[in-house]
Amino acid sequence: MEHYVAPDRGHDADLDRQALDRADLDAPTRVLVWRRFRRHRLGVLCLIILALGYAILPFVEILSPYNPNDFDENNIYAPPQGLYLFHEGAYVGLHTYPTATVYDMETGLVKRVTDRSDPLPVPVLTTCGEPYHLFGFIEGRFRVICPPEDGELFLIGSDRLGRDMFSRMVHGARLSMTVGLIGVVVSFTIGLILGGLAGYFGGWCDAAVSRAIEIFRSLPELPIWLALSAAVPVNWGPVSVFVMISIILGLLDWPGLARAVRSKFLALREEDYVRAAELMGAKPSRIIWRHMMPNFMSHLIASASLSIPAMILGETALSFLGLGLRPPAVSWGMMLNDALNLSAVEIYPWLLMPMVPVIFAVLAFSFVGDALRDALDPYS
Amino acid sequence: MIRFLLRRTVTMVLTLVAVSALVFIIINLPPGNYVSNQIAEMRSSGEAAGVERAAALIKEHSLDRPLWEQYLIWIGAAPGPAGFNGLLQGNLGWSFELARPVAEVVGETAGLTVIVNLAALMFVYLVALPLGTIAAVRANSWIDYIASLIGYIGLATPNFLLALIMLFYGARYFDIPIGGLMAREYEGEPMGWDKFLSILTHLIVPTIVIGTSAAAAVMRRLRANLMDELNKPYVETAKAKGVPPVTRVVRYPLRMALNPFVADIGNLAPQLVSGSVMISVVMSLPTLGPILLQSLRSQDIFMSGFVLLFVSGLTLLGMLISDILLAVLDPRIRLAGREGA
Repeated sequence: MEHYVAPDRGHDADLDRQALDRADLDAPTRVLVWRRFRRHRLGVLCLIILALGYAILPFVEILSPYNPNDFDENNIYAPPQGLYLFHEGAYVGLHTYPTATVYDMETGLVKRVTDRSDPLPVPVLTTCGEPYHLFGFIEGRFRVICPPEDGELFLIGSDRLGRDMFSRMVHGARLSMTVGLIGVVVSFTIGLILGGLAGYFGGWCDAAVSRAIEIFRSLPELPIWLALSAAVPVNWGPVSVFVMISIILGLLDWPGLARAVRSKFLALREEDYVRAAELMGAKPSRIIWRHMMPNFMSHLIASASLSIPAMILGETALSFLGLGLRPPAVSWGMMLNDALNLSAVEIYPWLLMPMVPVIFAVLAFSFVGDALRDALDPYS
Repeated sequence: MIRFLLRRTVTMVLTLVAVSALVFIIINLPPGNYVSNQIAEMRSSGEAAGVERAAALIKEHSLDRPLWEQYLIWIGAAPGPAGFNGLLQGNLGWSFELARPVAEVVGETAGLTVIVNLAALMFVYLVALPLGTIAAVRANSWIDYIASLIGYIGLATPNFLLALIMLFYGARYFDIPIGGLMAREYEGEPMGWDKFLSILTHLIVPTIVIGTSAAAAVMRRLRANLMDELNKPYVETAKAKGVPPVTRVVRYPLRMALNPFVADIGNLAPQLVSGSVMISVVMSLPTLGPILLQSLRSQDIFMSGFVLLFVSGLTLLGMLISDILLAVLDPRIRLAGREGA
């Protein structure tokens, strides 16, 4: 008779790390959280992507071949041009092919035809084009990629004014990616203050805040956003409009957060250490900030990060409908505003390109938020 | 049960009153209104006769009174120039831009707004229930991954873009009509079978578009809840006793997981209404969406005010229905409500 040996299940590192008798179980919370967060591969990947994305935001001028509002009446709705290394089998360096405007006699439409016989070398890491102002004051013309000498470089096509979609998309990232951050700060502040007041003091304060939460939660977001942004004065500059729109996006988002804060406060208020601090004569502000807040701050940040995608989408929707940001500001939503014209989209499908970064940003924030929440949840 | 219903309804009415005040403040935020803008325009072009007519309009609709008085007159709790004549008395106000009563403009479209939202809600549940269940039962299989992929796409794509893309490809490959509520030739015709069919095919795309992101969210929640439930010992007991697989899932775990599912109607209502406003603008559906956008742009305050109030009311109604359904389905909630009262 053969001797039975239990099959080797292998060694599970993750399980081992969670074992009760591990020596480093008393490691600082942030180490434990980081360790759990690292287990979400997708979350880590998205975090890296987002970090890179935000890191390039100050330098978008260098990365784009054109300035965002440079228009070119000779190249309206130019199709995307490819970048190539080999021309007819031979290596000729980075190049592209020129496109020419041709009038199609049959359809009566203006068509763009790519001329494959004549490669145009694309200069890299040189100076070209109109000067820009880095950080608003350093004037420069240095760019990572430049249009060829006597040609154009529309990597993903151009729009109805002949502006380069790629440059606009890179520039648009600046507003589209920050609108959510400002919005979250606004909603976080309101949620924290109101939720804290309700949870800590209770009584009529709690009743009033709870009513307000219920009322705000039942408002349909988009119509109210529309109404509020319609109220932004017409004569405001692009920057003030941007800040105002971010605030508007945050104004309707706080109820969920306030509710979470309130319930946490209600639960923590009964804890012994809070009672002890109270008996020792600590002021409410000290109890809240020193004793209660550290207990649930991380959870709040995780849940707040999950509302950033909604705000990015909100900005896109508002600008798309023409009630959000205003030119000369550039954002993804404003670029998509051109796509409102369905017949234009049918002929020039690259007008829909700005939806790609929108989808990526929203997904990345969702995954990071999910991973963060899982990592911070002590019950998982 | 009756007490529970009564309590909920009263809360809803009170909320609606608060919302109406909020809405009135919001629509009066921008300085001036449609009429005063008209007056300024006519002054600059020197049309004295028009100015007088507009000034009469201001008097007639008491736009020269303080804001709180205007509000009370609007909802009909204070006498205006024509006595008590506001929302409470059934007078929805006057649209300055269209020079027609708001009721007339809205009457044609309010019904359709409700229909589109109901259709979207049905779509959400019809898609999310089976997909969420399958995703939970066959967790980590290819069907689960496909379901979550669809879910994430629905979550991340702004729904107006989804509308554009679906219109684009729907028209090209499936012969689904683009935009509008019905084919041109049926407009103004009496309701018939063909017209009904035409409306139905035109509603396919909006319904899918409005519902997708909501369906994705509901599906994910149902999957999570059902998976929690499936891990409980009683399911194992059922398995050990030889209960067939389908019954094992449907009889108890699904019923338990369904509770948050119903509660979701309340959360979905604002989302669906928002979506329908957006989609209607993109697809030129004759619902309240395009009217709202236009009236906000031209500061036609009574028009935009009523539309905002109407869509808010719709979401409140959705929440009320979800509360009631929940109470009907789950005795624990009903009893807790009675104790609290």
